[in-house]
Amino acid sequence: MSQRLFVKGNEAVAMAAIEAGCRYYFGYPITPQSDIPEYLSRELPKLNGEFIQAESEVAAINMLLGASATGVRAMTSSSSPGISLKQEGISYMAGSELPGVIVNISRSGPGLGGIDASQADYWQSVKGGGHGGYHIVVLAPASIQEMYDLTMLAFDLADIYRTPVMVLADSVVGQMKEALLPNPRPVTTLPEKGWAVRGRKEGTPQMIVKSLFLGDGELEAHNWKLHGKYDVMREKECRQELFLTDDAELIITAFGSVARIAKTAILMAREAGMKVGLLRPITLFPFPAQAFKEVTGRCKKILDIELNNGQMVEDVRLSVARDAEVFFYGRPPGAGSLPVPEELFEQIIKHY
Amino acid sequence: MQQVFKRPVSLKDVQTHFCPGCNHGTIHRLVAEAMDEFGVRERTIGVASVGCSVFLYGYFDVDVVEAPHGRAAAVATGVKRARPDSFVFTYQGDGDLAAIGTAEIIHAANRGEDITVIFVNNTTYGMTGGQMAPTTLVGQKTSTSPYGREHAKDGSPIRMAELLAQLGGVAFSARVAVNTSRNLMDAKKQIKKAFRYQVEGKGFSFIEALSTCPTAWGVTPIQANERVGRELIEYFPLGIFKDTADWNPQSSPTAPVEQPGALPFPEFMHEI
Amino acid sequence: MGRIEIDETRCKGCGLCTTACHLKLISLSKELNVLGFTPAVTTNREKCTGCALCAELCPDVAISVFKDK
Repeated sequence: MSQRLFVKGNEAVAMAAIEAGCRYYFGYPITPQSDIPEYLSRELPKLNGEFIQAESEVAAINMLLGASATGVRAMTSSSSPGISLKQEGISYMAGSELPGVIVNISRSGPGLGGIDASQADYWQSVKGGGHGGYHIVVLAPASIQEMYDLTMLAFDLADIYRTPVMVLADSVVGQMKEALLPNPRPVTTLPEKGWAVRGRKEGTPQMIVKSLFLGDGELEAHNWKLHGKYDVMREKECRQELFLTDDAELIITAFGSVARIAKTAILMAREAGMKVGLLRPITLFPFPAQAFKEVTGRCKKILDIELNNGQMVEDVRLSVARDAEVFFYGRPPGAGSLPVPEELFEQIIKHY
Repeated sequence: MQQVFKRPVSLKDVQTHFCPGCNHGTIHRLVAEAMDEFGVRERTIGVASVGCSVFLYGYFDVDVVEAPHGRAAAVATGVKRARPDSFVFTYQGDGDLAAIGTAEIIHAANRGEDITVIFVNNTTYGMTGGQMAPTTLVGQKTSTSPYGREHAKDGSPIRMAELLAQLGGVAFSARVAVNTSRNLMDAKKQIKKAFRYQVEGKGFSFIEALSTCPTAWGVTPIQANERVGRELIEYFPLGIFKDTADWNPQSSPTAPVEQPGALPFPEFMHEI
Repeated sequence: MGRIEIDETRCKGCGLCTTACHLKLISLSKELNVLGFTPAVTTNREKCTGCALCAELCPDVAISVFKDK
């Protein structure tokens, strides 16, 4: 039985990466995620791994691309402005069908913005932040335990679907300390990485990792293949938490850090005799559309709460039953804009 | 009679997409010959760049990763760190390496990544139609410098082999040309030397190969090779700019890292 | 005594081999090959020394060289 630890969310990510067998990390310092490279720069050399502080986020994502092409588990982490720089490499990795884990402990923007908790990278993360029309798997932890568990899951999903996977959190979850049960790596059947470049031995086929397809019909077929995988993910990989939704007259939906605040507000509402529940998407892509459809078969009011001006709410509106009403409450991120439970409780009263 | 010249095993027996007279084909062959000579083909991982050199995997019979434009040195870093037993080379043009990829090449070189970089400098962006490159000579007309490159407006062509030679992690840096039989024979020698550095685990080795683009330059292949001898070599001298085999480990326990002010004077292979 | 074989289907008619041959034994054909180029052809073949400089300079590896030991 594992010992309970008291750690920061960012440390939990780094610990999970090591437990998942990741021995290669490439990154660049940026607040509020620097605990991750700091932890791994200390621990990976002890495990015969490699830690490189790259010259830029652009270089770091491309080192990840190179390492991943050889078949090893590798990761990078950054925060919003750095993630923008990584989009080029993420698009190439998606196009080259390369696994890899990218952690975004996001901050507020646009531009240099600020370092406060923010969910304004939702669109960039789930809609394909780079060019070319692709998706990556996006996981949204709301606790230190989930930072750990979902980071391990990220490596498995990356290998199973040959896709980049993003862990999207913010400084609330990244910098906070909580109890953690460092569970051992789950036993999963993973596909062989027969596609990896390891040097072409005589009598074996040449391996090419690439995203350029110029032959007649080749690129179209490649895109159909990628989008076929996204359909499988939508069918098999949606994850969400349902909290007190069975009898709810109003269901709040929120992901990541703000879902924790919403939970407190929901308990306040329950105290006051209001039947309020929570549907918390854990996978942002694939989006748990079916869960929204199901809960709105009965409950006709959804209140979407985000740390931005309204991004996930677009996907919520596309997913709910046709006669359901969707309300939105959010504040653009920045110092002092993190809502308190009482503020969300007022919104519950307003829409109940 | 015995066959004394044939296609290297590492080079696939296929027609290339290169224009007639383009030096890419020749430089490909020299790299493949070095691969054969050191017997590294089966553990080689090539990193392709963006430009005319993108189809590396179509010509070299080795595993290949295709890098985003300019990022080959970073991709190669990831490959080599994950598979230190492999032989890793990048093959990049001058737009790729000396413009969009300057940060990646400088830092890979400075870290002393144990890789070999083949840098093909033909003073233009060939694939996109002959635009001005960071290596375009002052006065040279291209499709985006129709009045000729101006020093005051566009800066001067960048000499990568000399620039990288100043970095501590670089074990070997040389500039070669394949425009004449004599230069080509020297190029062969230097490419093999660059390969040997990696085979022996001695650190970052860099070959800048002057090349041609008869199509974009608007000249015949023969005239293009003549231009290399007449104009390019004058600005981009051939020679070895750093060779840590000549480095005396007694003077620095941390060789091959060189100390400032102790750079060897470039030894030119030829009079211009 | 040497001999070269030019793979006419690979030759793009760039003419670089013609500058490499000190004995000027290579020239470009007047006829087009399958690629639409005028390929290199040899004349006075008996004079070839098998020095291989033409093959070295050929960007398309279209020349094979044979030599008496």
